[in-house]
Amino acid sequence: MIGTLRILIRSPKFIIGLAILAVVLGTVFVYPMVNTADPVEMVASGFDPPSAQYILGADNFGRDTFLELMYGTRTSLYVGLIAGVFATVVGLVLGLAAGYIGGLADNVITLITNMFIVIPSFVILILVSVSINSRSSTVTALIIGLTSWPWTARAVRAQTTSLRNRDHVNIAKISGYSTTKIILFEILPYIASYVVMAFILQIASGILSEAAISMLGLGPYNTVSLGIMMNWALMFEAPAAGAWWAFVPTSLMIAAISFSLFMMNTGMDEIFNPKIRN
Amino acid sequence: MNSYLKYFLKKFGWYLLTLVVAITLNFFLPRMIKGNPVSVIVSAMSQGMSDVNAQKKLYESYMHQFGLDKPLFQQYLIYFQNILHGDFGVSFGNYPRRVSNILASAIPWTLGLQIPAILIGWLLGNLLGAFTAYKKGVFDKIIFPAALFVNSMPFFALSIIMLYVFGLHLKWFPIGGGYGYQMIPNLSLSFIGSVLQHHFLPFISIVLVAIGGQAIGMRSMSIYELNSDYVLYAKLMGIRDSRVVRYVFRNAVLPQVTGLALSIGTMISGALITEIVFNYPGIGTWLFTAIRTLDFPLISGCTLMITLAVLAANFTIEIIYGLIDPRVKATQMEGQ
Repeated sequence: MIGTLRILIRSPKFIIGLAILAVVLGTVFVYPMVNTADPVEMVASGFDPPSAQYILGADNFGRDTFLELMYGTRTSLYVGLIAGVFATVVGLVLGLAAGYIGGLADNVITLITNMFIVIPSFVILILVSVSINSRSSTVTALIIGLTSWPWTARAVRAQTTSLRNRDHVNIAKISGYSTTKIILFEILPYIASYVVMAFILQIASGILSEAAISMLGLGPYNTVSLGIMMNWALMFEAPAAGAWWAFVPTSLMIAAISFSLFMMNTGMDEIFNPKIRN
Repeated sequence: MNSYLKYFLKKFGWYLLTLVVAITLNFFLPRMIKGNPVSVIVSAMSQGMSDVNAQKKLYESYMHQFGLDKPLFQQYLIYFQNILHGDFGVSFGNYPRRVSNILASAIPWTLGLQIPAILIGWLLGNLLGAFTAYKKGVFDKIIFPAALFVNSMPFFALSIIMLYVFGLHLKWFPIGGGYGYQMIPNLSLSFIGSVLQHHFLPFISIVLVAIGGQAIGMRSMSIYELNSDYVLYAKLMGIRDSRVVRYVFRNAVLPQVTGLALSIGTMISGALITEIVFNYPGIGTWLFTAIRTLDFPLISGCTLMITLAVLAANFTIEIIYGLIDPRVKATQMEGQ
């Protein structure tokens, strides 16, 4: 574990990604402690340009855009994280079950997984969201997680299937290890690096999905997220009002977070698959 | 039997089954969670309308479409049957326009926007990715993060910035719609010109993000190939660089065909939201309108069309892949 971290620190891509993420996290968690104002309070008039007091001006409601951006990023990160955890756990369990048990269970799980890979998750996201009337950010996150597990499941299954017949697993079986113990100690350590990488990608795609679904007006209620801010900017015609501060910083924030996660993922990928190093 | 035909039929059967599952989800998902979407629709209906006669008509057409008095499973069969006849019901928001009529008017716009944009983005992205992998050094250090950054941005975020800069600020391009709003669709040059002018900004936003995503995938595939033994061997044999690059490109682009299949769902969904930003008269904009007005038949029609398009695209790619990948051909031969 410590050895892995030591190698990761030497990857410039991983470090750049981690640094950007750290700056984003630091800003969104520390700034609201300094400026304790209410993010939804209307302190200026609609689309007031940036000033010394409000560095990113005001949004359509006359709220401090910068402060709103801080809270919006927190919500988006929360949704991405919960969606990522949920998708990874479901994907891991199904992938391990299909790969290790094999036979009929494998066939059924693989069939379902492959189907949900081609049926667009965006559509399921819309169909489920449109029928739930009061969506909290946790519910939105769970719906997103519910639609994004098949990628993890497929990859975990493929790796588990190839591990199942390796010598060390067979020896563990002959030695009378329980199935739980074999999975925990003989299989999981070999796929751990992959699962962590997939988890990072799931967080990024969770944040992007939240932005997309909120853009359609199906995001979480009673909260501010990056997608909801983009939706407001569009609905209240911020571009036509010349209020670039209402959508450019938000777009860049979404891009910066997913960029940092993608960068960390690529850095890790290059460490674990030396063949793709340039 | 011809081995390729067997491959084709197998894929076709699988996609057909997936389509049935998708249609089933399209029917059951909204119903399972809320229990009965009809109550919501009926209340929304009676709020919006003052004409009692029209209200009654709409209600009857709805009753007829879903057969509300019948058990759920029978409703499902009716729904399925209607879809096979291309009948998606009547739109609530655009009464008395039929959903199939709205979809038919929107589909050409969406296809005309997305197919060229995704294909060109895929092609340019692959060339760029292979080139960065081959050039290495400073070039790679600049292009790779740039491509990754563009790919990290949702389509609509790039679109809204493009709209602001090129549409509103510089006024180079119109800011929305499919053609000049004072025009009537016809085949005159001025109309086609207007369509192309309106097409440009959404098109380029989709192409840019697609280039980013594909370039990253192609870059790592090409690096993988460049590190392989046959490249070293070819170099030692003194084969010209340009020829080696051609071998590498051919080998690396194959997984990218699969990559296109895997990312096409995300790409289509993202591009649909781009339509909303530009108020483009395609499926995405209609879906947005339908969601805002809780126009359930139209929402369901749109989601079904999107699913159908994604499945058709995946199927097409797999069929082409079967033709161009010698390994798939080989396994077909073994099967004989």
